[in-house]
Amino acid sequence: MSDRSRQGNATLAVRNLTKHFPVRQDLFNTLFGDKQVVHAVDNVSFNIGREETFGLVGESGSGKSTTGRLIARLTEPTSGGVTLDGVDWFALDRRELRRRRRDVQMIFQNPFASLDPRWTVQSIVAEPLATHGVATGAELRRRVAELLVAVGLEPSHAQRFPHQFSGGQRQRIGLARALALSPKLLIADEPVSALDVSVQAQILNMMQEIQQRYRLSVLFISHDLSVVKYICDRVAVMYLGEVVEVTETDTLFRAPLHPYTQALLAAIPEPTTKRRTFAAIDGEIPSPIHPPSGCRFHPRCPRAQALCSQKAPAFEEHAPGHWAACHFVETPAPARGRRGE
Amino acid sequence: MSAIEDAETVAQVSQLDAVVVEEHVSAWRKFFAEIAGSTKGLSGFVLLVLVLLVAILSDVIMPQDHTEQIIANRFLPPVFAGGEWAHFLGCDNLGRDIFSRVILSTQTSVAIGFLVVLIAMTIGSALGAISGYFGGFADTAIMRLADFQLSIPFILLAIIFMAIFGPGFWSLVVALSVAIWVNYARLVRGETLRLRELEFVQAARSIGVRDAAIIVKHILPNVFPSMVVMATLDVAWVIIFEAALSFLGLGIQPPMPSWGVMISDGRNYLFESEWMTLGPALGILITSVAINLFGDFLRDTYDPKQARL
Amino acid sequence: MTDVLLEVDDLVTHFHTKRGVVQAVDHVSLTVAPGETVGLVGESGCGKSAMGQSIMRLIESPGQIVGGRVLFEGSDLLGKTPEEVRQIRGSRITMIFQDPTTTLNPVFPIGEQIAEVFRYHTDVGPREAKERVIDMLAQVGIPRPAERYADYPHEFSGGMQQRVIIACALILHPALIIADEPTTALDVTVQAQILSLLNELQASVSNTAVILISHDLGVVAQMCERVCVMYAGNLIEVASTDRILDGPKHPYTVGLIQSIPRLDMDRQQLAPIPGSVADPIHPPSGCKFHPRCPHAFARCSAERPVLRRLPDGHQVACHLFDDR
Repeated sequence: MSDRSRQGNATLAVRNLTKHFPVRQDLFNTLFGDKQVVHAVDNVSFNIGREETFGLVGESGSGKSTTGRLIARLTEPTSGGVTLDGVDWFALDRRELRRRRRDVQMIFQNPFASLDPRWTVQSIVAEPLATHGVATGAELRRRVAELLVAVGLEPSHAQRFPHQFSGGQRQRIGLARALALSPKLLIADEPVSALDVSVQAQILNMMQEIQQRYRLSVLFISHDLSVVKYICDRVAVMYLGEVVEVTETDTLFRAPLHPYTQALLAAIPEPTTKRRTFAAIDGEIPSPIHPPSGCRFHPRCPRAQALCSQKAPAFEEHAPGHWAACHFVETPAPARGRRGE
Repeated sequence: MSAIEDAETVAQVSQLDAVVVEEHVSAWRKFFAEIAGSTKGLSGFVLLVLVLLVAILSDVIMPQDHTEQIIANRFLPPVFAGGEWAHFLGCDNLGRDIFSRVILSTQTSVAIGFLVVLIAMTIGSALGAISGYFGGFADTAIMRLADFQLSIPFILLAIIFMAIFGPGFWSLVVALSVAIWVNYARLVRGETLRLRELEFVQAARSIGVRDAAIIVKHILPNVFPSMVVMATLDVAWVIIFEAALSFLGLGIQPPMPSWGVMISDGRNYLFESEWMTLGPALGILITSVAINLFGDFLRDTYDPKQARL
Repeated sequence: MTDVLLEVDDLVTHFHTKRGVVQAVDHVSLTVAPGETVGLVGESGCGKSAMGQSIMRLIESPGQIVGGRVLFEGSDLLGKTPEEVRQIRGSRITMIFQDPTTTLNPVFPIGEQIAEVFRYHTDVGPREAKERVIDMLAQVGIPRPAERYADYPHEFSGGMQQRVIIACALILHPALIIADEPTTALDVTVQAQILSLLNELQASVSNTAVILISHDLGVVAQMCERVCVMYAGNLIEVASTDRILDGPKHPYTVGLIQSIPRLDMDRQQLAPIPGSVADPIHPPSGCKFHPRCPHAFARCSAERPVLRRLPDGHQVACHLFDDR
């Protein structure tokens, strides 16, 4: 188990992060009914170590994107804390926060909406540098050229507009912008989901190179487990706002403990196995306004018993570095992942 | 190894064929190409340029002195109904040349049109952007102000302003600006609400760009095309309403010429000289047709739905 | 030929844009047997969606089907009148689209929408139609179908909406379903449920053939017996699923498979295909893939390869496999 992720050395420490969105109700319910909230993120805790790529995986409604936005402080938490290199992230006042924003940068899913269509690439990539007064004039142009080359584009592209580029190229521009201030943590929210498969591969390879060269910690948010397996060192699986399992990537895919993780892995269609059985689990993701009692996964869980609806399982370390929240953790039957079985 | 050499290795590894997707044509060239390609656009544009030239050069191209009263020429008919070339559209009840007065009025009307729209656009977009971006109390306050104002009939509003400030050019401008700023505020607010959630705005926030800078540099430039379409059509509306107010005696006061004033004067002499009324009416007609054609063309070509992300 | 349900012969579809003519479907021929599940795979812009819509004659200006034939149950769909095509659409050939929220009309209850389609193509009265619809809703796994008949689309989740659409697609026992990215907008676990459902119903309800259009090779691999790979409007490889996955022949297919991260392999280095997809308005000369192909040689830039059948039944459009 790597030392990097232990609290002391962690770049990012997330503790009991919670975000509830108020639900708009009619007048009667507002006055007389219970206050309803969307439990978007509930008591999420994990660490990201230095130069580690940490995956956050889940389906819709899991809260993974909201978690990313909370850490980027694009939205404020209901409770909980985040520590970045020892600094209490949510306690910063506006001036301090603005200064420290340089340490956490984000890239987004939609390559067509993440760049201002009326700005040139030069302006887009230079914006962080200009905002923080890091460079001006010729020095600024040089830095922008350097960043563009670093992400596989040419300096001459700086004069062009986003609409002249393909989706993959726009993601590169977004990445160049994110790297401008040499951040410590890069939050990547579904960065390749909107791209064609062959372009995904280009961008993923590039991200790996960049991460090594710039020595970044990366929070990689995705619904695509295959991509996460390829690029992440450790992975957390989220379901309905909670983290249900965290461990090293290889372990997660080889021997997952939580039934949801197992179901997720079994549901992924693979382009090589010849089986035509569909290991589907029943039901759909419940409403985040009224999450199930006890363990949130119990209505769909093949292992569920009476205890599961009464008491929420504790998030415990069942094996070194392998955490899961389940009353009935058991090592699974030989999981998929072995070729030929 | 310098940063750039390092980066070239990265480029090789990621094997990007850095081919740009399409060439960028200058916005102005594209604009004029569009105009040339559309009957509506071309005719509107040509007429509009004509009107603007007349407005700017009115002092120079007026055939006669618009204040000169020649009693002998009272109710002189236009040249095609038995009159003289010197007075193309004939003369009014005081012997003044109608054609010259119509031309001079162009200046007044166009000036008011653009001025009012400019003011309304500035105020409206500022308030709309604040409203949409920050939400909360500011949003509620501004929107309720807008609602309140819209509930007052426009003519009543104009009368109130005239009563407070006295009639004249500037009261008119203020009254009309107050009437239409709400449209811009609403438009900009709606667009701001949409744009605020887009990722490039989120990116700017995560970089640490100040809110005011985000509004001015990211949001307003993206709202601008929709506003221009609305503004163009509003100029026509303002010109017509200025005429209406002046006709009612609430706007431009004589002897300053304006189409509305001329129509008002002509009202009493419809049997003696219908051209006292028809002259200025034609002026209004041509100008608003020009503006509407061009504004329609703008809306068709630059429809926000197509220009949007 | 009773064992050919659909035969597409040299289909050409163009889209007229300001920049030029997009050759969306460029001389494509393929066949589908009754009850067969065929996958149509490719990345964005390859023409697979245009292909599906052309077969259903759903192409509208600025698009236009320029040439070829679409022989369905023996007769050419492209030669029929719009009225005749409307009779076939919805009853003999049906389509499932990607986004259930835009397929269903938000202001009508879902039961009525399905009943409307049913009654358009049959003489059945309203009460019997309703019963059939409820029956179908049960078959697609909608709980309490009689009650939910009157619910509106927004009262269903994405997965449930897609089930409703499948019910609508199957209620008239069509011979062919064209499914265009039916699960792309759904979560992985829901996707598995929907694919499972489709697979099951296809056989049990009416031995329906399915053309599954997708960019996801994994989905296609699970569902389809045969796979057709498209690139920039051309069909470049056709073979059984096993053959394509174990022994892809066309360099694009090879590259595609190698660039997909997979669960069942240890951390491998992904090998992306260099460059970007061919410009559909001004494609490269000769083989459209040649600028990106590691095996390209002189002939590739001069002459466009034709889809040829190899001795083992595998079809490829590549000069590497052309002896001449």
